[in-house]
Amino acid sequence: MANNGPAGDLRLANVTKRFGIFTAVDDLSLTIPQGSFFALLGASGCGKTTTLRMVAGLEQPTSGQILLGGAEISRLRPYKRPVNTVFQSYALFPHLDIFENVAFGLRRRRVKEIAGQVERMLSLVQLEGYGKRRPNQLSGGQQQRVALARALINHPQVLLLDEPLGALDLKLRRQMQIELKRIQTEVGITFVHVTHDQEEAMTMADTVAVMNAGRIEQLGAPAEIYEFPATAFVANFLGQSNLLAGTVTGTSGADLLIEAYGSRFSVPVERARVRQGDVHLGVRPEKLFLAPAGDPLPAGHQGVNGVVTDSSYVGVSTQYLVRTAWGAELAVFAPNTGIGGQVPIGTPVTAHWHPAHAFVLPREAGAGDRTAPILPDAVAAAS
Amino acid sequence: MRFGRWIAERWVLALALLVLGYLFLPIAVVAALSFNRPSNRLSYDFNEFTLDNWRNPCGPGDMCSSLLLSVQIGLLATLVATLLGTLMAFAMVRHRFRGRAATNLLIFLPMATPEVVMGSSLLALFVAAGMPLGFWTVVIAHVMFCVSFVVVTVKARLAGLDARLEEAAMDLYASEWQTFRRVTFPLVFPGILAAALLSFSLSFDDFIITNFNAGSSTVTFPMYVWGAAQRGIPPQVNVIGTAMFVIALLLVLGGSVRRRRGVAA
Amino acid sequence: MSVLSHVGAPVGGPKDTVREPVAGQRRRRLLPYLLLLPGALWLALFFAVPAVQLAATSLYDPAGSLDLGYAMTWAFGNYPDALAAYWPQFARSFAYAGIATVLAVLLGYPLAYAIAQKAGRWKNLMLVCVVAPMFTSFLLRTLAWKTILSDNGWLVGLLRDLHLLAPDGRLLATPAAVVLGLTYNFLPFMVLPLYANLERLDYRLLEAASDLYASPVRVFRRVTLPLSMPGLVAGTLLFFIPASGDYINAELLGTPNEYMIGNVIDSAFLVRLDYPQAAALSFLFMAVILAIVFVYVRRAGTDEVV
Repeated sequence: MANNGPAGDLRLANVTKRFGIFTAVDDLSLTIPQGSFFALLGASGCGKTTTLRMVAGLEQPTSGQILLGGAEISRLRPYKRPVNTVFQSYALFPHLDIFENVAFGLRRRRVKEIAGQVERMLSLVQLEGYGKRRPNQLSGGQQQRVALARALINHPQVLLLDEPLGALDLKLRRQMQIELKRIQTEVGITFVHVTHDQEEAMTMADTVAVMNAGRIEQLGAPAEIYEFPATAFVANFLGQSNLLAGTVTGTSGADLLIEAYGSRFSVPVERARVRQGDVHLGVRPEKLFLAPAGDPLPAGHQGVNGVVTDSSYVGVSTQYLVRTAWGAELAVFAPNTGIGGQVPIGTPVTAHWHPAHAFVLPREAGAGDRTAPILPDAVAAAS
Repeated sequence: MRFGRWIAERWVLALALLVLGYLFLPIAVVAALSFNRPSNRLSYDFNEFTLDNWRNPCGPGDMCSSLLLSVQIGLLATLVATLLGTLMAFAMVRHRFRGRAATNLLIFLPMATPEVVMGSSLLALFVAAGMPLGFWTVVIAHVMFCVSFVVVTVKARLAGLDARLEEAAMDLYASEWQTFRRVTFPLVFPGILAAALLSFSLSFDDFIITNFNAGSSTVTFPMYVWGAAQRGIPPQVNVIGTAMFVIALLLVLGGSVRRRRGVAA
Repeated sequence: MSVLSHVGAPVGGPKDTVREPVAGQRRRRLLPYLLLLPGALWLALFFAVPAVQLAATSLYDPAGSLDLGYAMTWAFGNYPDALAAYWPQFARSFAYAGIATVLAVLLGYPLAYAIAQKAGRWKNLMLVCVVAPMFTSFLLRTLAWKTILSDNGWLVGLLRDLHLLAPDGRLLATPAAVVLGLTYNFLPFMVLPLYANLERLDYRLLEAASDLYASPVRVFRRVTLPLSMPGLVAGTLLFFIPASGDYINAELLGTPNEYMIGNVIDSAFLVRLDYPQAAALSFLFMAVILAIVFVYVRRAGTDEVV
């Protein structure tokens, strides 16, 4: 037990959970530093909720260890763990009023002086005076805050949040995200937040882990993951990417040379996850620019020719689709700065980018382009 | 078309009220007869208004003792059936075990078997076992036919209970027993109460099965009414019938008012 | 993942961590059986065993008697004998109960529908009104019908005046009276499951349907009725089973010409003391009922009866 890390870290060591033949969590190892805001991001069924439930003690890992501050907790019953959960759709006790809901954990531990603590906690979540109401008399946002207060009042070492904002409408969700972040900073407890909403994960968390099929695909600060994703899955789950199928042909100085569809591209070596073989060349849509076909490109830029096939005006930007000669559809997000007009559908263009904005990802042999634009609706439907 | 819909809505409601009237017609007769001074013992016709029956409800000899017996049997059978049925419902909803299909069948069959069959076969068992018929054989029989209804009622409530509430309780430092006592039981309780009420009304009102298994000296209220129907019904029987109806109505209405005030979830 | 499944699992510090799951699992596996045991034992002992014994009794030597004792002679002849002697009562039971079931659907469906979808804030009160008559004794209500239907009652007088009934026509002691009594007494068993089902019916579905089908009749046939099938199946079964086995209504509102199978079984057991024949009748009746239930449930394609 030498390398258990500092006092309050939550550590998962080779944790696997199987339900029958289905592996929900696959040999997961992870360290969450004390006091951090950590987000587990993934589509439904990726194992993120199962991971959370194992930390809470509501599921037993099939194998592996869960350690909190060096002590093994994976075999402890849920009520023996210094961990509390804010459940999806809150799970407030309908037969108890708000005061008793918040006081529930204190009463079970026979804490004295409950009333003062409950009042303080209700004011922290801005629900003073709601103690006598029942959960079904509160709005969704208020219920969410009660669930938060009910968990926080116990001063857990780790607070687990299972899609806590999923049931709220967009505006309230944004408001609660800020609120949660404020509270986390204030109380300094480790927050582990499970969500399928990439924007939520990015705005709130210090560290994001993108999960897929029971494994963590990438872990890091939100900007780090977004700017330089590790896999094609991450590149398209966190935001959206244009991935062109190509092959590494060699290096030139500090650049990796890639051939795709008869064209040659270069990417700085430090922006490449692999340096040989089959690769995806990736560029984010907002890092692509449109120029009339045949116009000279800005210095250092490289580009692909195509025709604009679709454009949707979304206020802050206009989203274009550019069909290349080989049939791939690239997504291009052009900010509506007021300089330059809209590009009409049917215009031949060059979509160009600076090589420092591109990245190179491993590609399974035979895998093609991954450029089909994922519209916001499709993301919501998939989650 | 709008006119058609208007008619359709009122038409359904009007028909419903007529059916309710049909349901209440005999109750009205029972209530009216409770204020009747019959012209002779075998007459069912309204003769003369009187309050005598209400002033002296226990007038006819054995009636009130049979009523008391029915209440005793009803309470005892309800207690046992509710306990056994609730335990079974928990097992059925919360556990996986071998023999589940067989258990389901064992619970379902008593509800699908006509009362004459259950009553007569149980009688044959008691006779074969040499068990004297009386109070206890009636209680045994009543528990038997109430259990299935309790299981079904409690099961429905339990199945509708959000499992996350129990997880939340455990997450908030409640042990298994505390979780049951503070969360599961209070939330399932309305279902258990409904099951108990159903049990009591089934037991209190049962004639067919009771008639098979009571022997000659144990006379429940329905059996008393049955016997009296052959000899001529004392009008006080209608007082009891009316009073039961009013009590039940007040109980149920009182319960729903309490619920509306937000006492129960 | 249940709470009860963990009751009694020893919990403690890290020392327990190796032992705990094993002991916990063993108890968890045993617990459902412990919970089931008392109730299942009760049902087995006082329902299943008597049913088996009933089957055995039905094969006893019909020449025996309660005083002399019975001999098991595998007298399968009891069945054809019983059926030959009492087939009219059998047929009558199913006919009366069948007609009463149809009537109960016709009366109960609109009532359940109105409570569930149209009653608004009167919903609870109307529901109570359906249940409340059950608390006045079953026998008293049937006796009240006897009063209502009696020859010198107002109903008969009214029907005679309207020439709906011949001057010497009667209501009491007719098959109609028995069917009416059955319909009345078991109507709540039809209404309650139907109500429970119709209450869950999403009103927006009906609006969407009236948008698509337009005519209320077609909306009912294409949407409401199919969706309420589970409730209708449960209701008809809960109604039909006690109605077909009932003998109180036939006894109080009919004459021996209206006797149903219940009357025969009752008197065979309690008056004539012919146990083998009574058992044969009972068992046959139960078998027919169960066959009807299973065929009906299979046909209606629903398992939501229990």
